[in-house]
Amino acid sequence: MNLQTLTYTVVGLTFALYIGIAFWARASTTGEFYAAGRGIHPIANGMATAADWMSAASFISMAGLIAFNGYGASVFLMGWTGGYVLLALLLAPYLRKFGKFTVPEFIGDRYYSRTARIVAVICLILASVTYVIGQMKGIGVAFSRFLETDYDTGLYIGMGIVFVYAVMGGMKGITYTQIAQYCVLIFAYTVPAVFISLNITGNPFPQLGLGGTMADGSGMYMLEKLDLVVTELGFKEYTTQVMGSKLNMFVYTLSLMIGTAGLPHVIIRFFTVPKVADARSTAGWALLFIAILYTTAPAVGSMARLNLMNTIQVGEVGSAEGNLSYADRPQWFRNWEKTGLLQYEDKNGDGRIQYYNDKSPEFAAKAESYGWKGNEMIKVDRDIMVLANPEIANLPNWVVALVVAGGLAAALSTAAGLLLAISSSISHDLIKGVMNPNISEKNELLAGRFAMAGAIALAGYFGLHPPDFAAGTVAIAFGLAASSIFPALMMGIFNKKMNRAGAIWGMIAGISVTMLYVFQHKGIMFIPGTSFLGDMSPSWFFGISPNAFGAIGAVVNFSVAIAVSKITAPPPDHIQHLVEDIRIPKGASTAVEH
Amino acid sequence: MSNRAEEYWRANIRLVSILLVVWFIVSYGFGIILAEPLNTIKIGGVGLGFWFAQQGSIFTFLVLIFIYAKRMNALDREFDVHED
Repeated sequence: MNLQTLTYTVVGLTFALYIGIAFWARASTTGEFYAAGRGIHPIANGMATAADWMSAASFISMAGLIAFNGYGASVFLMGWTGGYVLLALLLAPYLRKFGKFTVPEFIGDRYYSRTARIVAVICLILASVTYVIGQMKGIGVAFSRFLETDYDTGLYIGMGIVFVYAVMGGMKGITYTQIAQYCVLIFAYTVPAVFISLNITGNPFPQLGLGGTMADGSGMYMLEKLDLVVTELGFKEYTTQVMGSKLNMFVYTLSLMIGTAGLPHVIIRFFTVPKVADARSTAGWALLFIAILYTTAPAVGSMARLNLMNTIQVGEVGSAEGNLSYADRPQWFRNWEKTGLLQYEDKNGDGRIQYYNDKSPEFAAKAESYGWKGNEMIKVDRDIMVLANPEIANLPNWVVALVVAGGLAAALSTAAGLLLAISSSISHDLIKGVMNPNISEKNELLAGRFAMAGAIALAGYFGLHPPDFAAGTVAIAFGLAASSIFPALMMGIFNKKMNRAGAIWGMIAGISVTMLYVFQHKGIMFIPGTSFLGDMSPSWFFGISPNAFGAIGAVVNFSVAIAVSKITAPPPDHIQHLVEDIRIPKGASTAVEH
Repeated sequence: MSNRAEEYWRANIRLVSILLVVWFIVSYGFGIILAEPLNTIKIGGVGLGFWFAQQGSIFTFLVLIFIYAKRMNALDREFDVHED
């Protein structure tokens, strides 16, 4: 079977499985639609949370970011896992004890205020929609690339699939589908990693291969070899290169961690476990399943970089035969050239490929003495690394097809989880909670499905005309969640004296500061040319990139909230009792049957 | 809040604080601030600072959450505030 047919088959089979599960587990009550009937075992829930959490950004992009940013990309590894500690220790058990369906519902009740609930809904929708646009774009690109259609058609197909299982199934359907998706994506991620680690270091565990020695008989450590190979060509040393500055890395990591604990589609998961004790361990199980991918990623990234460098620089740097002849380039190189994501230009006309850092002033003299006229790999899109990896390592076609199915599983599962969070906040918080409290359960369910369809259409529209950058969009979504939702939740549990005015003004101040900073550097609503300060590091506040600013927004949120709460009336007694009550597991409402 | 409940809450805060200190030290401390000095120590072919930033902190996070879940469940029983 050729690669194309095989890809169709594998993707088709996995999709049939997801849709089959969605129909089988169709939700019939609002409880099942929003919270899977609270009948899901912690391990199963942890697995579904992991699939929900790991999006196209984790599956497709992250290893590529690691490959080219080395140590600097640690912010993603730590940032996208460390948030689970905050979630488990500071939020999950208390939100489960509280026993409602949505994040704004908690905020509205805890701060005895409809306004607080509406502000929370707005923050939640801003963060989730920003996130889902990025996913939609990823889905569109993946579908169009592998089903060989144009981008728009790919996006429509993706929207259709998301619609079917998210809208029909609700949380219950999504949970079971996501368990299947987790299995597909983790298998697809680790199989090529094991093969490649075995090839390069002789160790079948990529986690250990990272610290292992080369299998080529040189006895050199893999990372030492990589450092040597990249610095010889003027690139920064892999294991020490930083992203921006140490301060930027610190704030970036913090922003991603707090954002993790503030993103509604992850928090909503902890409403679906049977008991408070389960909420604590569910976060652990989720992180365990996430860690399998996240601890594999450093090996995938570094080994992909090494493979790439060695493919092009076949001999000694500077020697006549040292560079790969363009005519001899491997098949995967040709395949990716067709997509435009890998581009070559023969600047010095020698018919060979020179791939080096032409921005490095120290290396310029050397390059000139070799007769090199600039870096000839004019484009190496980092997002191709995970998808191209099996081809680079000459793995069989079924592995390549599997990776495609894995990438789609990652993107679809996250999009569905986010859409559910958006729809529940509209139908449950806005319509039932504020506009029409007497709405019947059936109509609420219907409204939820309409809201979800609307959100898919909106995200699809932005996906058709994407705000230009997808990776940035995802990081900004984290910043928005970090600066608004997390502080309000945390103070609601840990600060009994936090009151209505404090929470409301805190959320407004936090999200405003973050959005202002992002817009002034990235353009209003991300429209290029409308930024009033340049998107360059010299204009950044202490060198902090806009993608990392959510942590500063969170600090603003906490400060404003505490200051305002000091000068306004404390919360009424019954609210203080409510807080005392959620701090104790005993008496949690029993799990809904399913 | 009764004395027992207050005591339970204080024990909870103490546990969470200790775990969060560890959380901070392994990621921000070892992984970022102290990465350079730690990189002089090698385990296999990996500098310790680099290792904490890319793998060690993730393993530690996992352990922290399971310790928390176990300790809190024990605390719930000790103070008789557990479910069922």
